[in-house]
Amino acid sequence: MKNNLSLYVHIPFCVKKCLYCDFLSFPANDDLIKSYVEALRREIVISSPEFVDNNVRSIFFGGGTPSFVDAKEICDVLHLIKENFNVSADAEISIEANPASAMREKLFSYREAGFNRLSIGAQSLNDEELKKLGRAHDSRMFFETYDNARSVGFDNINIDIMSALPDQSLETYLGTVKKVISLKPEHISAYSLIVEEGTPFYDMELSLPSEELDREMYHETKSLLAERGYHRYEISNYALSAQTECFHNKVYWRRGNYLGLGLGASSMVKNTRWNNVTDMSQYKKAFESDAALEYKENVQTLSKQEQMEEFMFLGLRLVEGVDVDSFKDCFECDIYDVYSETIEKYTGMGLLETYDSLNEDGNMAHKLRLTDRGLDVSNTVMADFLFT
Amino acid sequence: MDQSKIRNFCIVAHIDHGKSTLADRMIEKTGVLTSREMQNQVLDNMDIERERGITIKSQAVRMIYKAKDGEEYTFNMIDTPGHVDFGYEVSRSLAACDGAILVVDATQGVEAQTLANVYMALDHDLDVFPVINKIDLPSAQPQEVKDEIEDVIGIEAQDAPLISAKNGIGIEDVLEAVVHKIPAPAGDSTKPLTALIFDSIYDSYRGVIVFIRVRDGIIKKGMKVKFMATGAEAEVVEVGYFGPGRFIASDELTAGDVGYFTASIKNIQDTRVGDTVTDFAKPCAEALPGYKKVMPMVYCGLYPADSAHYSDLRDALEKLQLNDASLFYEPETSQALGFGFRAGFLGLLHLEVIQERLEREYDLNLVTTAPGVVYKVHKTDGTVFDLTNPTNLPDPSEIEYMEEPIVNGEIMVTTDYVGAIMQLCQERRGKYLSTDYIEQTRAILKYELPLNEIIYDFFDALKSRSRGYASFDYELKGYERSELVKLDILINREEVDALSFIVHKDGAYERGRKMCEKLKEEIPRHLFEIPIQAAVGGKIIARETVKAYRKDVLAKCYGGDITRKKKLLEKQKEGKRKMRQIGNVEVPQAAFLSVLKLDNTD
Repeated sequence: MKNNLSLYVHIPFCVKKCLYCDFLSFPANDDLIKSYVEALRREIVISSPEFVDNNVRSIFFGGGTPSFVDAKEICDVLHLIKENFNVSADAEISIEANPASAMREKLFSYREAGFNRLSIGAQSLNDEELKKLGRAHDSRMFFETYDNARSVGFDNINIDIMSALPDQSLETYLGTVKKVISLKPEHISAYSLIVEEGTPFYDMELSLPSEELDREMYHETKSLLAERGYHRYEISNYALSAQTECFHNKVYWRRGNYLGLGLGASSMVKNTRWNNVTDMSQYKKAFESDAALEYKENVQTLSKQEQMEEFMFLGLRLVEGVDVDSFKDCFECDIYDVYSETIEKYTGMGLLETYDSLNEDGNMAHKLRLTDRGLDVSNTVMADFLFT
Repeated sequence: MDQSKIRNFCIVAHIDHGKSTLADRMIEKTGVLTSREMQNQVLDNMDIERERGITIKSQAVRMIYKAKDGEEYTFNMIDTPGHVDFGYEVSRSLAACDGAILVVDATQGVEAQTLANVYMALDHDLDVFPVINKIDLPSAQPQEVKDEIEDVIGIEAQDAPLISAKNGIGIEDVLEAVVHKIPAPAGDSTKPLTALIFDSIYDSYRGVIVFIRVRDGIIKKGMKVKFMATGAEAEVVEVGYFGPGRFIASDELTAGDVGYFTASIKNIQDTRVGDTVTDFAKPCAEALPGYKKVMPMVYCGLYPADSAHYSDLRDALEKLQLNDASLFYEPETSQALGFGFRAGFLGLLHLEVIQERLEREYDLNLVTTAPGVVYKVHKTDGTVFDLTNPTNLPDPSEIEYMEEPIVNGEIMVTTDYVGAIMQLCQERRGKYLSTDYIEQTRAILKYELPLNEIIYDFFDALKSRSRGYASFDYELKGYERSELVKLDILINREEVDALSFIVHKDGAYERGRKMCEKLKEEIPRHLFEIPIQAAVGGKIIARETVKAYRKDVLAKCYGGDITRKKKLLEKQKEGKRKMRQIGNVEVPQAAFLSVLKLDNTD
């Protein structure tokens, strides 16, 4: 049987950096984009032979703003991937796009090239809020982009929204949520803003919503979405049906194999994690000739303990939680022997719970998950699953 | 050695007036060896010592100075500990000298410690001559400072050397002044050995190295000596002088000399500062005056942050005690903190020094409980005992009354801040004695203050309320009856023994309220609400609440960058690990010490 693999492709460019953005991304000119794509193409060719036995089940083009780059470049990269990897016919192939004018042609090309899932970074549909975030679009551009996406045939669309924005009120936030729901996207990601060190927001005096308001926004999101048929399957992710849950994202939480392509992209293959170099000139230099120079950093082969830790703190991000039996299958020991104290403590506090459910194969599965209250304070619980 | 060519002295100064810089400059300008020692190739011995890796950080150093009169003089400079905690040690170091250099900052003039140190030197019959330092600073006022020294202290200052220790100006004048203004020792080498111990250190190769000033007689290798106060006896293995950073062995030390000896002594408790060393076979008639057994003034609990490190802490304390006879400790157990030690110190600075050494040199992570003084508890059954740990206070019904230590304090302050400082002393239950104006702009305030009011944050408060212009000195006066109560702190309704302390009943409410406020800041929010309460005799007198947190979630986790998420969780866990578990509340170690700094006027 072939192994499954997912691919992440990083496009580290954008029109301008948003004030809260902590990702590896920067504005760029055509020359830089061209030479970067050149290097990326070489990486695809050079890294693929190792995965000749793998079935690629999902591909995700993220950034930055992949839609900032010429559609032809993006589509050519996807074609090259298809030539060099075994991409399943039913693979989920996503691309992130930011709302912008004159997007129709781009979206059309993506669809033609085989992208079947589109993720639109709306963040807010309130223009005041968008301005404060330093976003390059307004709500009108978002609606236009969404309509275009539908009209070119995207039938699996995600919309990203953010809560706990500076000066945001419950009313303005829920206004955004309601407008988004009325569009009936297949998937909604609802994050609350985290002000990261090193971003302009970190040094600005912001009036951020209180923790109470932040939680109210979060909980209201959940109930509003539930009313309209969206179920939460991960801390910040909602889907209209089980089929439209993001396959690619779940690979991360279920510790599937994935290969990251491009600047700074993270990978995990057979319990080894690494990331590509994060320095642009170093990255491009590595792929100047056919024999690549060293471009992997922080290569770490996970010990059994580290694998267990990940199994827990990643698996618990999913609302369904972790499967007690598959823990045993993976590690040949019982989850209750390894983590008895932590499980007992948080079950006692009502933050963790066990339950039984039918698996896809029809067998009864015994599972452990965070409760709603546990999801709110998931870091506290997850940290206790670390051994050190 | 020819006594007339020896000068034994120390340098006294207010902190930061340039004492150690001057000492360094003097060492640079003088030689290490006498011409005779150079011929005897003492250097070879020193190389061996260097190879063995022995270096000393001595309280004393010998310098060889070729004076303008063409003679070669031997200077022994003895350092004095710079803080009031070590008052007794200072007095013994002074007793080993014949004179003192008084360093006064040309921009600051006479300060409280300057006065205290000079008076102490004069009390020991030392000849004191002043030098004016930092004369190259723009704000230097050498003439004013000279006049001030004469007015305030009453010693001749018009011909005081004007120097800059930092820039090496005027050092030669200081060296000449030592020759001419400090008297030569006046001992008798034919009398029985009488030597004063002014310090000792522990060396793992040689045992205790005893620092002495020989008054009369001779000490040499092979001689059996006796320590008159402790009664210990030992056979001398080595005698010698202090070179800068090294020992220089010699045949003997005679009357007037300052040097060291070793005698395979294992226990530093046998060689107490201030004790007299004499010849076992031919003892002197009486010991030198002034010996005191020093008693700890301040006690606190020392606990390893991680209880697994209890034995490491014990080993470290054992080692520190080898070099510090005034450090006291005994095991104790706290409900909140587990196994640890109750340790006694000469004062708060001594406590801080030891705490820092434990953390830095022995790499220990410590939790220190609130320092307290020694109270005398008179029980209804007629017995009296010394209370060093608040937890041991008996039930109020068993207590007839209590006494607390009182100090005589002198605060020197510019007149602008007299009001603010008087208010501070009043808040600290000070009893006003007098105000002496030393000149138009400065005054010395004299107060009687309870020791327990000054061991916490008095120095900080003094500094902040006088913008740094006040200086403080004190000495123990004795014990006085006082209305004292035990203040207990409850975290999540659990009494935390490590946070209990004794306080005057009038200050209990204020202190309790401030402690609750401070703890509220220090204790991180938990998954549940945490009440913090202060109680006296079971009655709650103050309360604060740490609200529960409702959110601790990392929403976005992008592009499969798991490592970053894990690092965040690790950091979170590490933060928790450094805290103390009290019931189900995690209390950061800082909380145990921060409650000492409650003066909130700054």
